[in-house]
Amino acid sequence: MDTNPRLYGLAAEFDSPTALVQAARSAHEAGYRRMDAYSPFPIENLPEALGFYRTRMPLLILLGGITGAVSGLALQYYCAVISYPVNVAGRPLNSWPSWIPVTFELTILIASLTAVFGLLALCGLPMPYHPLFHVPRFNRATRDAFFLCIEATDPRFDRTATKDFLSGLHPREVSEVPQ
Amino acid sequence: MQQESAAPVTHPIDGGDGVPPVMGPGYTFRSVSEKISSITLSRRTPRAWWLGFAFTFAFVMMLLYTIFWLLFEGVGIWGINVPIAWGFAIINFVWWIGIGHAGTLISAILLLLHQKWRTSINRFAEAMTLFAVANAGLFPLFHMGRPWFFYWLLPYPNTMRIWPQFRSPLVWDVFAVSTYGTVSLLFWYVGLIPDLATLRDRARNRFVQIVYGILAMGWRGSAHHWKRYEITYLILAALATPLVLSVHTVVSFDFSVAILPGWHSTIFPPYFVAGAIYSGFAMVLVLAIPLRTFYGLQDFITMRHLQNSAKVMLATGLIVGYGYGIEAFMAWYSGNIFEKYSQINRMFGPYAVYYWLLITTNVIIPQSLWLKSVRSNPPWLFLVSLIVLVGMWLERYVIVVTSLHRDYLPSSWGNYSPTVWDWTMFLGTIGFFFALMFLFVRLLPMISIAEMQTLLAQSKETGEVTTEGKS
Repeated sequence: MDTNPRLYGLAAEFDSPTALVQAARSAHEAGYRRMDAYSPFPIENLPEALGFYRTRMPLLILLGGITGAVSGLALQYYCAVISYPVNVAGRPLNSWPSWIPVTFELTILIASLTAVFGLLALCGLPMPYHPLFHVPRFNRATRDAFFLCIEATDPRFDRTATKDFLSGLHPREVSEVPQ
Repeated sequence: MQQESAAPVTHPIDGGDGVPPVMGPGYTFRSVSEKISSITLSRRTPRAWWLGFAFTFAFVMMLLYTIFWLLFEGVGIWGINVPIAWGFAIINFVWWIGIGHAGTLISAILLLLHQKWRTSINRFAEAMTLFAVANAGLFPLFHMGRPWFFYWLLPYPNTMRIWPQFRSPLVWDVFAVSTYGTVSLLFWYVGLIPDLATLRDRARNRFVQIVYGILAMGWRGSAHHWKRYEITYLILAALATPLVLSVHTVVSFDFSVAILPGWHSTIFPPYFVAGAIYSGFAMVLVLAIPLRTFYGLQDFITMRHLQNSAKVMLATGLIVGYGYGIEAFMAWYSGNIFEKYSQINRMFGPYAVYYWLLITTNVIIPQSLWLKSVRSNPPWLFLVSLIVLVGMWLERYVIVVTSLHRDYLPSSWGNYSPTVWDWTMFLGTIGFFFALMFLFVRLLPMISIAEMQTLLAQSKETGEVTTEGKS
């Protein structure tokens, strides 16, 4: 490996969820913005401590649901009224109450598909490679380790100053993350 | 220090006051993760697993043989005939799809209701849903006679210039069941992603690492991802909740939209949904009781889970019993001679023995669940659950067969008896279901690791024994 590789960032490992939230809060107060925290399970207040308040997921799912409902109803209207009208004892062709079950199912179906594929898209998954996987102990981030990583792209990032800052938060260890 | 992650939680979680906890004491983030994932990652497959898998796999072979013969000879090998054209195919379809409903109820509805006790049983209950829906789908598919034309049920532009009849409950059923299968799969997979990443990071074997790595899609537990993940999971639960109620409602429409006496009734949707959850919880107990004993998971799947499941069974069983009562009452109160005859024929006609067996297994025996001694005795619970599963199958048998075999015109009456191929197909799907469950517990974490750790984290924060969510 290069002796002085370009850095992706600096990662600090903490022992507990609380320590991680406190560290994230301090880093945000110190003006760092391009950073992320990693934990085996969701931690309350952690995204907010990092300055991440709102996600577009609910809006996306709502749009998916509306698309499903409108297209479901339109599909049935087209089939039963326009393309293939069947006269059953003179009953109205536009028998919309009997189309509610399929409209409902398609609303749920498209909303759920949007939810899952939208989640993957917004998270940038699948992503088989990530620089953090170089950190030797990072494989414990899915078990019992809690990481805070300040990325090199942050305007306030400075290799030594940031390292000192992170060390001041009493982590277990600070490691350099190569690109 | 209370919040040191290495320190175990010394108290049982969410118990007290005579209520068993939802998780035993003495666990850390690490030990929870390792206990659950080592079942999957262990190189040694228990001998009992091989025996169980081999036994159920023999039934899968029987199922495949039956399907081969069915395709070769046609549906005439079954006992179906002209008045009773539905027979086992529809009985088994409704039975299986009903069993699946408890999985969605546990994973979605109990999540929205903040029931902590759902956490350790939701994963395998969702797997149960998927496998039950897969088995359910086989029956209408092969009942069509020419299953290779199943796509005629879907709306697509075709050279025949025709479209499905969207006013028919049978078409609604296609949409309901396929949506249900798809959404259940998505919900299950989204729940699995963080755990697959845990398995990827713990695996020693390169091949195993790659397989779980691909399935985990590069999940790394980022706080930004967790935030989106949590909200997506919650919304998926909110979408799955009305979905699960709609699915059995639509299944009941297959019956109640028809004008047959004994079917044409507005009580069908609620009573079908209650019956579905009833049989589903029975299946959850049938799976949970041996699993927790065999894999030593009594600290995660505690008596609390078994007792609460028993209570849900008792409640839904009473709704089902009420349904039978109202059916009989309405047959008399409607003053309709056909309805009345249909009810009397159910109770005292050629299939009376099934009706009374159904009342015994579905209404009378489950009343034993009122006793705390039965609810807190796993072997008894297991037995009662098996009896309920039989009872719910008998219910569908009685509904399908007795209404079809004698309708308005005595000249079109007939009788039904299943053939050996009906039984091999039915038993084959039971074997298929359990074979899939065996594969599932060996290859995937049967309890959600991330959710169990969240439960642990919450109890570390409060640091005290709570009785919140006590039922």
